[in-house]
Amino acid sequence: MRNFARRIYIALIIIFLYAPIGTLMVLSFNASKSRAKWGGFTFKWYAELFQNDAILQALWNTLAIALLSSLIATLIGTVACIALQNMKKRNRAIVLGITNIPMLNAEIVTGISLMLLFIVLGIQFGFFTILLAHITFNIPYVILSVMPRMKQLNPSTYEAALDLGASPLQAFFKVTFPDLLPGILSGFLMAFTMSLDDFIITHFTKGPGIDTLSTKIYTEVKKGIKPEMYALSTLIFVTVLILLLLVNKTPKEKKN
Amino acid sequence: MKKFIALGLCLVTIVSTLTGCGSSGKYPNGKVYVYNWGEYIDPATIEMFEEETGIQVIYDEYETNETMYPKVEAGASNYDVVCPSDYMIQKMVDNDMLAELNWDNLPNATANIGASYYEQSRAFDPENKYSVPYCWGTVGILYNTTMVEEPVTSWSILWDEKYADSILMQDSVRDLFMVALKELGYSMNSTDEAELQEAKELLIAQKPLVQAYVVDQVRDKMIGNEAALGVIYSGEAIYTQRENPNLAYVIPEEGTNMWIDSWVILKDAENKENAEKFIDFMCRPDIALLNFEYITYSTPNDAARELIEDEDIRNSTIAFPDLSQYDNLETFSYLGEEADTLYNELWKEIKSYTSY
Repeated sequence: MRNFARRIYIALIIIFLYAPIGTLMVLSFNASKSRAKWGGFTFKWYAELFQNDAILQALWNTLAIALLSSLIATLIGTVACIALQNMKKRNRAIVLGITNIPMLNAEIVTGISLMLLFIVLGIQFGFFTILLAHITFNIPYVILSVMPRMKQLNPSTYEAALDLGASPLQAFFKVTFPDLLPGILSGFLMAFTMSLDDFIITHFTKGPGIDTLSTKIYTEVKKGIKPEMYALSTLIFVTVLILLLLVNKTPKEKKN
Repeated sequence: MKKFIALGLCLVTIVSTLTGCGSSGKYPNGKVYVYNWGEYIDPATIEMFEEETGIQVIYDEYETNETMYPKVEAGASNYDVVCPSDYMIQKMVDNDMLAELNWDNLPNATANIGASYYEQSRAFDPENKYSVPYCWGTVGILYNTTMVEEPVTSWSILWDEKYADSILMQDSVRDLFMVALKELGYSMNSTDEAELQEAKELLIAQKPLVQAYVVDQVRDKMIGNEAALGVIYSGEAIYTQRENPNLAYVIPEEGTNMWIDSWVILKDAENKENAEKFIDFMCRPDIALLNFEYITYSTPNDAARELIEDEDIRNSTIAFPDLSQYDNLETFSYLGEEADTLYNELWKEIKSYTSY
C-alpha cells in the first residue's frame, strides 16, 4: 500500500512537471494554428522554423549571449572569490553583501537602471549592451556557488605546494583549481540558465534589430504565438534531454 | 577542462566575427530605425523597401504600448518610426515626443488612405499633424450561433443570465469599462466619477455570469466551443471564423471602440526623411495589400482594399464595416494621470469583488 502511494506521488510530480511540455510538443505537430482544434499531424512548422531567419537569428543570439556572458561571469566571479578569501573577515562580509544585492533586487529595477547607465555613458544599444547586462547579473550567482567551495579548501595544501617549489600560479592551477572545479562548473551552469531565460533585463538593454528568443516570443503575444515557436521549444527540450542522458551515462562507464 | 576553454574561445571568435560586421556598401542611402508591434508587417515588404530605396531598415518589435513608451521616452535607442495606438499617440503628443509630418513627402498616404480614417484620427491627433493610419478595427461580440438563439444586437446580452458561465470579457481596464460605459449610453472616454461608478456597479453585477477575464484566449476558447459569447477585436474575428464557421461577429448598436494604430515619427529622429519614405512606402496600395494579407487586420488603405481578390473579404462587414452606418463609434483618447488612477482603482474593486 505504501509503495502504491509512493508511485502515485511520483506520478503526480512528473505530470505537473512535464504535462505543459508534453502539450507543447503535441501542439507543435498540430496543422491548425489554434490550440483548440486538432487539424491533423504535420511537420510543417518544423520546415517553416528552419526558413524563418528572424527566429534562427534570435536563437543564435540567445546561445551566443548565454555562453559568452556565463563564461566571462565565471571568470570574474572565480577571481573575485579568490580575492574575497584573502580579505579580512569584516571586509569580506561587506563585499559579499554588496555582490548579493543585485540578486535580491527586482529584475525590472536592474533592467531600467542598466538602461539608464548605458544612456548616460553613451553606449550604442545592441548585442554588446545585452552581453554586459547579462555578465552583470550572472556574477553574483557564480560567487554564490564558488564561495562555499572556497571556504572548504584547506589552505595548507596550497602552502605545501609553494613549499615544494611551485610558483603561486602553478600552485593555484595544480592544487586549488581542481578542488574548486565542481563549484565553478555549477556556477557556470547556473549563470548559463539564468542568461538563457532572462526576459526583462534583456528587454530594457537590447537595441533595435536584435532579439533573443525570450523577447522574440514575447513580441508575438499580440497576434498569438506562432506554432514555429512550439517546434523550436520541442527541439530545444529534446536536445537538452539527450545531453542530460549522455552526461548521466558517462560516470558509470568510468567506474568500470 | 582545457578543451572546454579552447572550445569557448573558438566560439567567442566566431560570434564576434559574425555579429561585428555591418554592410554599408549595400545600403548607400543610410538607415531608418522602425519600432513596430510584433508580427505586424509582412517581412517581404521590408526587403522590397530596402531594395528599392537603398535604405537599410533596422527593425524592432514591442508587445504593448506600455512597454514601448518607457524605452522610447528614455531615448535608449534612436528609433525614427513607431506605430503606437490612438491614446498612446495622444500621450506622446502631449509630452512633445513626436515630429510634425511633412505631407508633401507622403503622396501615397494622402492619396490612398480613406478620408474617414483621418477624420477618426482627430480624436487623438486633432489637426492630423502627426500620424498616418496603418491598421484599424472595432471591438465587438463574437458569438457561437449554435449556443445563442436570439439575434445579437446589443451589449446587454452580456448581462443575460441564460448565458451564465459562458461569457468571456477582456482583461484590460479600458476595454472592460468601454463595454459597460457604452451599454449605459455614456462616452467610453468618460472621466465623470459618477458615470464610472455606475459602470463599475454594472460590471460587478455581471461578474457571476462571466466565465473568465482573458485577453488572447478569447480566440482559442471560442474556436474550441468553450464559451458562447466573447468580447473580441475585429481583427481576430475573421481568423476565428475561418477556424470555426459557427462563429459570428457583431458590432453592438450602442456603438463601440474603433481603434487605430498609426505611424508616427519621433521628434529626435535622426533619419526623418528616410522615415517619411518608409511610411509612404507602406501606404503604397500593393504594399498595403501584402501587409493586410499578412496581418489580417483591417487596412485604412482604400486603394489596397480595391486590390483584394477574394470578394468575401473585400466586402466583409467584419473587416470593413460601413462606417457611415454607425454614428457612435469612438476612439480611445488619453485621459490623463488622474483619470487613469481612478479607472485602475475601480478595476481593482471589480477584480477583488466576490459575491460569496
